[in-house]
Amino acid sequence: MARQSQAGSVSRLPEVPPELQSSVNLTTLDQVYAWARKRSLWPMLFGLACCAFEMIATAASRYDTARFGMEIMRASPRQADLLIVNGTVTKKMAPLLVRLYNQIAEPKYVIAMGACAISGGPFKEGYNVVSGVDRLIPVDVYIPGCPPRPEALIHGILTLDARFDHESIRDIRAFQTGEDKGIPEPALGPDLLNWRDLEGLVGPPEEKR
Amino acid sequence: MADTINGMPVEVWEKLQARFPGALHPAQPPERGDAEGYPQGGEHRMTRSVSRSVLQNRPRYEGVLVHSRHLLDVMRFLRDELGYVMLSSLTAVDYPEAVGQLPPHIDVVYHLFRLEGGGYVVLHVHTAREGAILPSLTPEFAAANLQEREVWDMFGVRFDGHPDLRRLLMWEGFDGFPLRKDWREAYFEEEHKPFRSRFPEGGSPLYAEERTPYHANVRYSREFAEHNLHVDEDFSEADALLYERMLSADRDTDKPLKTEEMILNMGPHHPSTHGVFRMAVRLDGETVRHLEPVFGYLHRCHEKIGERNTWLQNIPYTDRLDYINGMTNNLAYCLAMEKLLGWEVPERAEYIRVIMAELSRVVNHVLAAGFFSNEIGMYFTGSLYALEERELVLDLFEAAAGGRMMFNYMRPGGIARDLPEGWIERARALVRGRLPKKVKQMQSFLLDNEIVRARSVNVGMLSAHDAIASGVSGPVLRACGVRYDIRRAEPYGIYDRFAFDVVTREHGDAFDRVALRFDEVWESLRILEQALDAIPEGPIQSHRLSPKMLIPPGETYARIEAPKGELGFYLVSDGGANPYRYHIRATSLLNLTPLSALTRGVKIADVVSILGSIDLTMGEVDR
Repeated sequence: MARQSQAGSVSRLPEVPPELQSSVNLTTLDQVYAWARKRSLWPMLFGLACCAFEMIATAASRYDTARFGMEIMRASPRQADLLIVNGTVTKKMAPLLVRLYNQIAEPKYVIAMGACAISGGPFKEGYNVVSGVDRLIPVDVYIPGCPPRPEALIHGILTLDARFDHESIRDIRAFQTGEDKGIPEPALGPDLLNWRDLEGLVGPPEEKR
Repeated sequence: MADTINGMPVEVWEKLQARFPGALHPAQPPERGDAEGYPQGGEHRMTRSVSRSVLQNRPRYEGVLVHSRHLLDVMRFLRDELGYVMLSSLTAVDYPEAVGQLPPHIDVVYHLFRLEGGGYVVLHVHTAREGAILPSLTPEFAAANLQEREVWDMFGVRFDGHPDLRRLLMWEGFDGFPLRKDWREAYFEEEHKPFRSRFPEGGSPLYAEERTPYHANVRYSREFAEHNLHVDEDFSEADALLYERMLSADRDTDKPLKTEEMILNMGPHHPSTHGVFRMAVRLDGETVRHLEPVFGYLHRCHEKIGERNTWLQNIPYTDRLDYINGMTNNLAYCLAMEKLLGWEVPERAEYIRVIMAELSRVVNHVLAAGFFSNEIGMYFTGSLYALEERELVLDLFEAAAGGRMMFNYMRPGGIARDLPEGWIERARALVRGRLPKKVKQMQSFLLDNEIVRARSVNVGMLSAHDAIASGVSGPVLRACGVRYDIRRAEPYGIYDRFAFDVVTREHGDAFDRVALRFDEVWESLRILEQALDAIPEGPIQSHRLSPKMLIPPGETYARIEAPKGELGFYLVSDGGANPYRYHIRATSLLNLTPLSALTRGVKIADVVSILGSIDLTMGEVDR
């Protein structure tokens, strides 16, 4: 592995002796990692609005996400690795959503399900609505629809699965050195104070205090 | 109707006049008929000046105008002597400019109902826009509690004497009162849709982001300077007020044993809270000393958007209120529009409406029972039974309306499209064949289960008196033994033609609330069988609709027995292509009024049991 990293590319795998070929399989660490993660995504049980019902329907018997290794939805962010933002993110909810995202352990993924999570959707103009969850947290897969059908959600999950094949543990955030400070939580002032939007205007919150 | 004046029974008006001579005025001036011959459904857009003059005359406005100093007396008189015990809806309308002789004011509107039916009484109370203040009804009318808080939050009307006047939907410290007509959101483009940038030419619409300085949907007051851009580390002002309330309410200082109490936040992210509902609980050990519900985590500004939309544009938005029951939400809004328009609905459309509404009720009740089992700890098992049946009903909805959850199916004067070929037979097969078997199975699995009984019998007992006083409706009210169903008390549509019983239970505990839903499913199936057999052929729409249809000026309140209870729409039209006021009387919100009282002194585990038995949808609670 060390030699491989130095070379910067995967070297040719050695031959497996014929007597061991039935029990030994050679592969890369990346592939093993991707294979394992693909079939064990645990979404967080996080229902925001209408789309949550389609997510529940997807988990139920007709669509059955258990076929894709999503056996169970965990209510605690600490036990989940997929955040499906299914519904309108309101400004009042925004700080809590960021906190929940920060609490999910790496590696973590976010699916923005439905028009509201993508852009604010039909409620975009509302004074209490965040125009898309990607203003707060990074999003991996967007699923359009209002609400998306269960098939669409499954397609989104499979799209995310396909991404794992192209990921290397060398650049996954979870294995990087250094402290992960997380995303600063927006605050509720006279309106939503999203530090990322205000960066040009004022310093980050630590400097202001 | 001949025996009503200003929308209320004549005898009530006479009794009120006799009791409060000279204190009450009809909200409607004597000259009538301005609305006659008014262009309906016309293509042209009225100029604002025309609509303004119509508003000045206030034709077809309902109820009586009460001075705020008489408000409490009139309310007591109506409740105690005339039997108007249900303060169903309490909301406000903002008039930022002078209307006729009236100066700019905020009009707070109260809708009262009797258990026996027979129309409503509307009270209007005016208050100045600056320093708006009215006497609070909350100490005597529990149903006013959350609704007054909402009016304070949205309109900035203070209620003198309200024990806990905090913001309901927005957070404490939010700048402005959003439903005032002169308050504009960050993405404000024009007062009314369709926006000129999109209609009729279209072209390249501006992105809403380009109009705001931060490229996000935020707006700060002019006084809010850069140096204010910091907040407390732990919690903001909003929670400070909440915790202050938590710590001050119902302190029991004479406890023999001094114990330390703790505040626990359940939600807004919690597996048992049906979405983003938050309960701040003050606990003494495992016992709940005080519970404060916190709303607004799904406040999607429905009413503000609704007042910018055209009348028809609001129909798809209603789908997203109580997103399990899109059909009944459509129905309530269309009934309200039809009341203002005076339109009739063709026979076939009436039947289809009933069929859709009752199918929706079956889905809702079965799901409610399923999620109740979730909440008491049967993780997902109970729901799986419910969701299986839901899918079959959704297939029917999809075949008729084109969507699984969001239907946009009903229209004023009928429905959007007719049923496809073979739909009735499919529905009949489901209603006669599969559903009764499955509902019976689920009912016995759930209600005969010893653990379910242990978790719900005698938990969260609500008395009939408290339920009525706190504005509770629907199955929660009927589980307390009150035989009140709007389909019977004030039948709308063609409900008076069907044979069904208004089922009740006696105890008003969590078990009865769940069990009653199953009883109602059986009644719904009865209605469905009758409707599916009797449905005639014929037209489905009585009028041609135009996207910018106009509705004659006036106000109305239409309500239906939605699966969760009374769903009402209060509409004010100034004659334009948009509602002047669009208020939703949310069932789920009002059903949560007694939550704090119900949970006092119970164990923390029973809180989820009680909440689950109330059956709420956050989309409707927060709107």
